[in-house]
This record gives sequence, structure tokens and C-alpha cells, in this order.
Amino acid sequence: MSKRLTGILTPIISVLLGIIVGTIIMLISGYDPVAAYTALWNGAFGEVYYVGEVIRQFTPYILAGLAVAFAFRVGLFNIGVEGQFIVGWLASVWVGVAFDLPKVIHLPLAILAAIVAGALWAFIPGFLKARFRVHEVIVTIMLNYVALHVTNYIIRNVLAAKSGDKTEMIHESASLRSEWLQSLTDYSRLHWGIILAIACCFIMWFLLEKTTRGFELRAVGFNQHAAHYAGMNVNRNIILSMVISGAFAGLAGAMEGLGTFGYAAVKGGFTGVGFDGIAIALLGSNTALGVFFSAILFGALKVGALNMPLEAGVPNELVDIIIALIVFFVASSYIIRAFLDRIGKKGVK
Amino acid sequence: MEYVIEMLNIRKEFGSFVANDNITLQLKKGEIHALLGENGAGKSTLMNVLFGLYQPEAGEIRVKGKSVKITDPNVANDLGIGMVHQHFMLVDTFTVTENIILGREITSAGRIDIKKAEQEVRQISEQYGLAVDPQAKISDISVGMQQRVEILKTLYRGAEILIFDEPTAVLTPQEIKELIQIMKTLIKEGKSIILITHKLKEIMEVADRCTVIRKGKGIGTVNVSETNPNELASLMVGREVVFKTEKKPAEPKQEVLVVKDLTVKDSRGVTVVNSLDLTVRAGEIVGIAGVDGNGQSELIEALTGLRKSDNGSIQLNGKELINHAPRKITESGVGHIPQDRHKHGLVLNYPIAENMVLQTYYQKPFSKSGVLNFKEIYNKARKLISEFDVRTPSEYTLARALSGGNQQKAIIGREVDRNPDLLIAAQPTRGLDVGAIEFIHKRLIEQRDHGKAVLLVSFELDEIMNVSDRIAVIYEGKIVAVVNPKETDEQELGLLMAGSNRKEAGANV
Repeated sequence: MSKRLTGILTPIISVLLGIIVGTIIMLISGYDPVAAYTALWNGAFGEVYYVGEVIRQFTPYILAGLAVAFAFRVGLFNIGVEGQFIVGWLASVWVGVAFDLPKVIHLPLAILAAIVAGALWAFIPGFLKARFRVHEVIVTIMLNYVALHVTNYIIRNVLAAKSGDKTEMIHESASLRSEWLQSLTDYSRLHWGIILAIACCFIMWFLLEKTTRGFELRAVGFNQHAAHYAGMNVNRNIILSMVISGAFAGLAGAMEGLGTFGYAAVKGGFTGVGFDGIAIALLGSNTALGVFFSAILFGALKVGALNMPLEAGVPNELVDIIIALIVFFVASSYIIRAFLDRIGKKGVK
Repeated sequence: MEYVIEMLNIRKEFGSFVANDNITLQLKKGEIHALLGENGAGKSTLMNVLFGLYQPEAGEIRVKGKSVKITDPNVANDLGIGMVHQHFMLVDTFTVTENIILGREITSAGRIDIKKAEQEVRQISEQYGLAVDPQAKISDISVGMQQRVEILKTLYRGAEILIFDEPTAVLTPQEIKELIQIMKTLIKEGKSIILITHKLKEIMEVADRCTVIRKGKGIGTVNVSETNPNELASLMVGREVVFKTEKKPAEPKQEVLVVKDLTVKDSRGVTVVNSLDLTVRAGEIVGIAGVDGNGQSELIEALTGLRKSDNGSIQLNGKELINHAPRKITESGVGHIPQDRHKHGLVLNYPIAENMVLQTYYQKPFSKSGVLNFKEIYNKARKLISEFDVRTPSEYTLARALSGGNQQKAIIGREVDRNPDLLIAAQPTRGLDVGAIEFIHKRLIEQRDHGKAVLLVSFELDEIMNVSDRIAVIYEGKIVAVVNPKETDEQELGLLMAGSNRKEAGANV
């Protein structure tokens, strides 16, 4: 069996196994799996409104997935996508609220602010790794908390409107929302961000596979010693990798700040988008195209799940369990791969 | 005489590539049977078939006359086949005993009975003359010792047939002697041994019979007592092999590399290159002879910009290069065949083609405005692959999948192709077979004849004597003598390398 085919089949089988085990769990706990999955499907694709919401949901997922995947491909583990996402969100809203400019300037400026904020937030672990060999996993995890509480502080004390725990709405000139897209999807919160997310898939693929910069980044990720020997600047490339990864994450924040919500609110805890990004990257085997498809799946599951309690009486926590199972099976994809290899060999004989 | 193992007409394919084509190997009880072949000839594949890691497409395996199917290494273990791997499979943080019993623990009431296990390990190690300390941690013992642990592991599992995969590649000369003694003891105790190697000297010394494979095909089996190294070498590579490299006398011209007063510290901060002076001229090969650890590695790292120097001067064609970045040094005209090809020479997860442009990817024609031109990269790779006889299924194959010799040829191709004024070759033939060694020596001499300066560092005195036009002996970070290879011998070099001065060395000859 060809490598590519195994690469495609493995996530698909993981998803199927997740659904099957989910079915068993539902049967054991006395729910009707057929009704539940029907509700899930209807909640994701049953009406054009839901389709719009699914697309809205997977837009930041794509970018968060790209952020994790990019870092992974260059040998780094960015657990800090969540934090970079939160600071990107706040930065975009800040620019959206604070300025009043023509749209052609204001919107790009707000998006850029999110990208820069995410990039700077990721620069810290990148710099610490390059300069002092501090492991990026620890720094990024810690910075997630710093991001959460610092942004909450800023929202409460600097940006909050009268209510106290929420910024004002951003100006229309900084918004990604589109009445046309909304009317097309029965007034879902669908916005232009999806175009940016798809563009970023292309950018990541092109950057990594086709440019000299990507050649260096991957070389450093695979073998720092050989990269150094070949005259590449290892430390600069480590920092750059984190910065690019953080830029994707920051942009994901802008999707929420400028698209879905139009404001930033004090958060009681993490949004989960950054952590979902890890699972999305894993399921998408860290390629741009893979991330795109796995983000769609995660978005559909997330949105469709909301319909499960309403239509089938199944608690939507169960969907979280199914997602967790899928991730589990992807993570143990070694077993599936070995199984596929065995089938492949038998097929030859 | 009965055969304990018979591998009859084995064929193993990987896609369209035939790694083993109709190979037969018969191992008699109580013999040491050498398996000889070039790097990439298919020795490891054949042994992996025997060990159950690969399934053959055709052929039959018989153990003690009975036809068997070895579907995985556990089956091989049960049949009494044990493998001593070239790259040890040991847990560094475990003790010797823990490693040996791993997977076959002696337990009482669910707990490991370490006392009893140690006793057993001690008993086996005494029986076969394999002295080890059962309580020592793997990370604390020498490489030779670790190898004994590997051997003990197989014996503990009741192996009757031991496969040694290139066992001497990582050992010092003293350890090699001990290993040979161990192998002879094992035979006395009734074991049979398959020895995978490309070192002819060892085969002549220890093996009873020798099966030769070449490019995946079985060439035949010979009795070692009825053959000689020359015959074995030509069987292996399919033509006459010249051990003594032919070369014209050197015609040295201007000075290319001038090192003055160079001082370098190692990673622990100890001064290991100490006010070293060295000159290499165009059209000559200077060999650096010395015992490992006398500053050779640090010298080369300093010359290539991989390590900071503390003092001195490194001039290339009159330009100062000390403490310049590796890229700057590369661009100034230095080629470097690194000592450790896996660590420095290659990105193993990159295809061969991308490895061929590892230092030049940012230059035209391989890229333009930061975008890679893969057509040009693949063209260059194909050209170098055929020019330097790199045996690879294609230019898209990962460097990891190539044999050591072919990886080395790829690196040499890449470095020579950049047409550097100074070519630094650090242990360029380590772990390679005679065919590849001959090829590499020819290429180095060819570079010299084209008027390049070549600096060769090697721990193999044969190589230094054979290839160099001048020999610089390094001892404790200094060049202690520069000698003409025609006017010296191994004994004098050996004494110089051990720190005696020229006069004493001369007097002792």
C-alpha cells in the first residue's frame, strides 16, 4: 500500500473508530445513537444556517491547526497557540475600537495587529529556546496563563465598556462581517475570515515546500547540526519558526475578534481553540491540506453537537468524548498503520 | 557435517528494487561464517530476513534441517537465533543485569528477583569469558563492554546461533582483540556464528568460511584457509582492488591554508588545540595523524567555523577566516567532508536531491528570489549521483535509506562539486568497505591533481600513509612533527603520535 494512501486512510479510520466507540458508549448509557448522529448531522449540515456556522467555527480552527502544524514541521512543539490566539484576539479588537479609519486601512491594520501580537507572544519562547535552550513546551504553557490573565486585566481596566467585563463593539470599518455572507446563510455569523484562512493554508504549504526559507526551517527542524554545518543560522530559524507559528495563531484570534464576536470579553478560562489546534494538526498529519480537512471535521462536530441535546436528548459532552476518542485513535495511528500494512502485504500475495 | 542454518535461494524485494537475489548461505555447527559484501550489497537485508524482520519473496530457511517460517524476531529467538546489533539496543539508565533480563525477567511473587538474575548473568559471563560487572549502569561502561552485554543478552535467551552485525566498527584495536577471543570461546562452547563484516583482515583472522554477496547476488562461499585478502576483495567488488593507491608525486604550489598559533577550547573549556601551526599548499594532501582526542575534531571545527577559536589566525588564500560564520567560510572556498556524516553531513529526512544542495540552495540556479527551483535541484542531483556512483533508487529517496558508503559518496560529490580551494576530509572512509575506500581515495587524489589543497584527518595509519604527501603528527593539540610518508614508517609515526620527539623516534627505529 502506498505511503500516501496510508496517510489518507489512517485519519479516516481513526474518525470511524471514534464514531463506533462513541456509538457503543451511547448504547451503554441508554441513548439512541442513530438519533444522536442524525441530530449531529442535522446540526451541522441540516440547514444553510448551520452550514454557515460550521464554516465560521472552522475558520479559526484552520489557523490554529496551521500554527501547531507549522511549528511541528520545523521541530518545535507550540502548545502556546491558545495564548497567542487570545492576545491576537485582543489586539485586533483594540485596534478595531481605538481607531476610526477608512475600511481599506482599518481592517488590514486590525488584522495586522492580531498577527503581530501573536507573533510577539510566540517570539518569547522562540527567543528563550534559541538563546538559553529553554524548552518551548514549558514556556508556551506558562505563557498561556499569562496571556489569559493579562488580557482579562486589560479588558477590565483599560478597554471595558460600562458593563465592566467586555470591550465596546469594534467599528464597522474594522469588521470582517459581511451582510451578503450572512444573508446567504440565513443570518449565521459567517464572515470573510474563511478567505484568509484558506489563503494561509496555501501560504504555509508554499513557504515550507517551495522557498529557501522553508528549506532552512525544515532542515533546522530535522537536524540542527547539519543545518549549522551547511551555514544556516540555527537560532534565527528557531525564533522565526515560533514567530510564524504565532502569527497564524494571532490571526486565528482576529477571526473571533473581528468576525464572530466583534468584541473581546473577560474569559473565565481558555477558549480551547488553541488546544483543539493541536488535535487538528495531528489529525491533518501536519500538512496544510490535512489541517484544512480536519478543521472542517472539528468545526462540524463542534457546531453539530449543539443540536444533539435539543433533537436527541444526548448531552453534548458526549461529542467531546467522541472528539477525544478520535484524537486518541489518531495518536495511536501506529496501530492502524501497522494494520493497513498487513492488509497491503496480503493483497500483494 | 550438519548445517544449523540453511538459507536457500533467498529473494527479497523492496518495490522494484531487488535487495537479495537468489542468495544461499549455509552455516555449519561450530563454525564462524563470515558474510562479506560492500555497503549496500544486501548483507543486512539477508540477516534481517533470518531474524524475522523481513519476509522473503522466495526461498527457504531451514534450521537444523527443518524448514521454518520466521515471521518475527520472537520466532527467531525461539529457534535459538540471536543478533548482536551494530547499534546497540540497550537502556542507558538500566544496569547490565536489567538490560540482559529485559523481557525475560526472573520473578518471584510478581517482583523481579534481581539477586538471582545477577547470579545467572555472572554464571553465563564466566562460562563464556565475557567479563562484565552485572551491577554497572550501561551509561557508565565502555562501548566494548556494552557490546558484551549485547552478546550476553542473546546467550541469556538461549541463542545457539549468533549473528554479529559489523561488530568491530565501534571498537578500539584492543577491544577488537578481546572480541575475537570471545568469539573463539563461543565456538568452543558449541555456538555457531555468522559474522557480517567488510574488514578482510578480520575474516582472515577469525572466520572458517566466507560467503560473498555483491549487489544483492550471492557470489559464492569459500574456505578462508584456501583464499587470501586480494581474492576476497575482488570477489566482493567484482574486479581487482588496488590496496596501495596509485598516485603521481605531488607538485605543491602556493600556500592555500595557513594556520598560525591557533588555540581552541573544547566544550568543557579545556584547551585542546594549543598554539597550532599548519600549512597546506595547493596540489598536495596533508594528512593529520594522531590518536583520537588530541584536538583533531576541534581543529576541524575551528577551521570550518563550527567552533569558536580563542586565539591565532586561519588564512585561506591570504584572507583571514578565524571565527567567521560557516557560510562565509564555505563561500570563501572550503569544502568539508565531516567526521560524522549523520550528525553534520546530511539531513537524513531530506531526499538525496535536497542534501546535494544543502549549502547552495540559496544560490542561483537552485533558487530565485527565495523560491526553490526543484527542476535545477533534481538535475544537479542526478548529475552528481551518476558522476559519483551513488547507488540510490532515485534522487527523491530519503538520505536515511542509503547505505553508509553511498551516503558518503553523496557528501563527497556535493563537496567536490562546489570546487573548493581547500577540501577538508575528516575520517572520510570510516565504516566503509574496500571498494568505497578506493573510490574515495582516488577522488581525494584527483582533487589534489586539479591543484586543490587537501587536508585529511584519519585515525587509520594505513590511510594516512597511503594518501598523504606530507604527514603532520598531532599530539596534545600541537603539530609535533611533519614527515614525508616515503621516509617514515608506522613505527616511527606511532611513537610520534604517542608524544616522543622526532629524534627519539628516529633512534628507536
